[in-house]
Amino acid sequence: MPLVLNEEQSMLKDAAKDFCTNNTPITQMRKLRDEQSTDGFDRDTWRQMVDLGWAGITIPEDFGGLGFGYMGLGVVMEECGRTLTCSPLLATAVAASAIVHGGSDDQKAGLLPQVAAGELLLALALEETPHHAPYGATASVEGSGDNVKVTGAKKFVLDGHVADKLVVVARSSGAAGDRDGLSLVLVDRDAAGVTVTRTIMADSRNAANIEFASAEGVLIGDAGKGADTLDQVLDTGRILLSAEMLGGLQECFERTIEYLKVREQFGVPIGSFQALKHRAAQMFCEVELSKSVVLEALSALDDASEDSAELASLAKARLNDTYNLVSSEGVQMHGGIGMTDEYEIGFFMKRSRVCEHTFGNSAFHRNRYGELQGY
Amino acid sequence: MAALEEFRSETRAWLEENCPASMREPESEATMIGGGKRQQYDDPNAKLWLDRMAERGWTAPMWPAEYGGGGLSKQEFMVLQDELIRVNARTPISGMGFSMIGPTLLDYGTEEQKREHLPKIISGELRWCQGYSEPNAGSDLASLQTKCEDKGDHFLVNGQKIWTSGAQYADWIFTLVRTEPQAPKHEGISFVLIDMDQPGVTVKPIKLISGNSPFCETFFDDARCEKYNLVGQLNRGWTVGKRLLQHERSSISGLNSGGRRGRYDNIGTLPEVAKQYVGLSQGKIADPVLRNAVTSNVMNQQAFSLTQKRAMEESEEGSTPTFATSLFKYYGSEIGKERLEIQLKAQGTQSLGWEGDMFSDNEKTLTRTWLRSKAGTIAGGSSEVQLNIIAKRVLGLPD
Repeated sequence: MPLVLNEEQSMLKDAAKDFCTNNTPITQMRKLRDEQSTDGFDRDTWRQMVDLGWAGITIPEDFGGLGFGYMGLGVVMEECGRTLTCSPLLATAVAASAIVHGGSDDQKAGLLPQVAAGELLLALALEETPHHAPYGATASVEGSGDNVKVTGAKKFVLDGHVADKLVVVARSSGAAGDRDGLSLVLVDRDAAGVTVTRTIMADSRNAANIEFASAEGVLIGDAGKGADTLDQVLDTGRILLSAEMLGGLQECFERTIEYLKVREQFGVPIGSFQALKHRAAQMFCEVELSKSVVLEALSALDDASEDSAELASLAKARLNDTYNLVSSEGVQMHGGIGMTDEYEIGFFMKRSRVCEHTFGNSAFHRNRYGELQGY
Repeated sequence: MAALEEFRSETRAWLEENCPASMREPESEATMIGGGKRQQYDDPNAKLWLDRMAERGWTAPMWPAEYGGGGLSKQEFMVLQDELIRVNARTPISGMGFSMIGPTLLDYGTEEQKREHLPKIISGELRWCQGYSEPNAGSDLASLQTKCEDKGDHFLVNGQKIWTSGAQYADWIFTLVRTEPQAPKHEGISFVLIDMDQPGVTVKPIKLISGNSPFCETFFDDARCEKYNLVGQLNRGWTVGKRLLQHERSSISGLNSGGRRGRYDNIGTLPEVAKQYVGLSQGKIADPVLRNAVTSNVMNQQAFSLTQKRAMEESEEGSTPTFATSLFKYYGSEIGKERLEIQLKAQGTQSLGWEGDMFSDNEKTLTRTWLRSKAGTIAGGSSEVQLNIIAKRVLGLPD
């Protein structure tokens, strides 16, 4: 698995960088926040992203996508992370992977081309508690095939209030914590019995709490056998989000280093102080290691490697910790101005923490990594 | 690709035939071969294995064949590494000749110097050591004072070096000396090669906290150095010396071997040891705090190895990437040190045995390895020096 980008991937990354710098700078996120945008993202911008092909990067060519792989989407996510771009790209790609991995031929043929065309937004409805719990669903599903009903309450559904369809993790049998008995159900957001409440989070991005009261849906895969697909979906999410986090933490780090060079106190640039130099150099090391694990994990997804699970946990734990470190130090090293809303450095800290709690914090992933390795 | 696969199958066949069985046993510090006139070969297979590998130039696989090296491309080198690991082959020989002075001579040496010195490193005939630090020149290396005077047809060297690792086994020493006392400190230094087999060179081992004496003091009293053994220009030795430090740092951090060889083969892996000494509870290391520390260290180690691999792939020539060598030196030595601290916690009082039958060989080795590991973040430029270098050279932070 190569750890360097090929030419096509490099070109895609450059194009994404151009687009994000010009079309989705951080000022766009601030504007959406200040104007209390109902969608939480800009539909025109999203259309431009779709025109660039981004919505279909990981959708197979047979279903109208580019089939360009996760490394491709990863470099786009990285650039989106640098400018804290608001878009439904991640949430839709993650939920769509449930259909790619677990859906029937009809579902793939019916839904995936719409996803690639940017016409269908999706979201994964998994969590029920404040902590990531892949197998923790108590929401229930009754019935079989194309005629099931879901009842339960989901939290922290990324882009849940704008998604057209929801991939709901619900239980056909067993109890919370059991891997057996989990099912994946596709439910229309505007179906009867679905109540969506948008949650306003610190990072000004989109999430929702959603209640299902005998809401009608269709199964993705077999009833009670959804855990394998769910694992793949979550690892996809962990790795793609890690790619976004890699972009955010690099931008935050570079801005901080630049500030150390220009901010003067005691008549000298504060970056000349060894107390700050050493912390900056230590961060540099963590940033470099973070790049490597993200590249390796994206490669593993593309190769459908059996190491994907382990690498997803390796990447997510590291990116959680590094983004936390770099964004906290970013605010600290900027001093008072880092505490102001006017200055953008604090936005990275807010985003980092929401990312940290999405798809598993570091303790979760260290524990999982150990379990996968047999200790 | 076809040529590479052919190289792989030829290499595999050759190794099957030529790597002696006892050279496929796990290696430890005691079995490591450094070469030179004083090297003892307790196992004759060690000499046989060395000679066979040296004949193909595979003790220095990527050095040019004209000096006796293997002349392999980066891809071939990686194939060779894979195949060596596949048969569990021991490293036939290692040391500062390979990791430091050889690469530096390839960068800066004259044709004469390369032809004279490289073949003897490759064959294991001569062993090298490093004369850098002095009692008053540690992190501030450029303040070194060992005097080197021009005596017409030769140089005369007087002074003292310290922390000269392996000097008691070495035949030659590469040394930073002061050739222009009046110049600013970085501009009066030269890089010379000195034959240690002469009355003017005295070596005295220093006993360390680990109980071993891997380091020495080396004294020069009117030691003679031939003029053709000046590397680079007179008074421009700092440039050569810094380049060598980059090679040294990548070597310390395991960069040259691609990080594939476990440095701690004989004391077990952290997860194994933790399971063995602490036990399992529901399939997990029973002490959750220890388990978190183990997992965290193993994960950092994996991320570090992937970064070594990435640096290899990114570098054109593949041998020693100049790209942030200090990162590897700093991070590699720090997590190595941390790993041993965690292993002490895992093995409890059985980790601190010094001698006697109450402790296994592995346990006693751990004690010494733990103490030895403390040098990793000091030697070759301390961690603090590495962070200074990263801040200045990589991040561009002001002085």
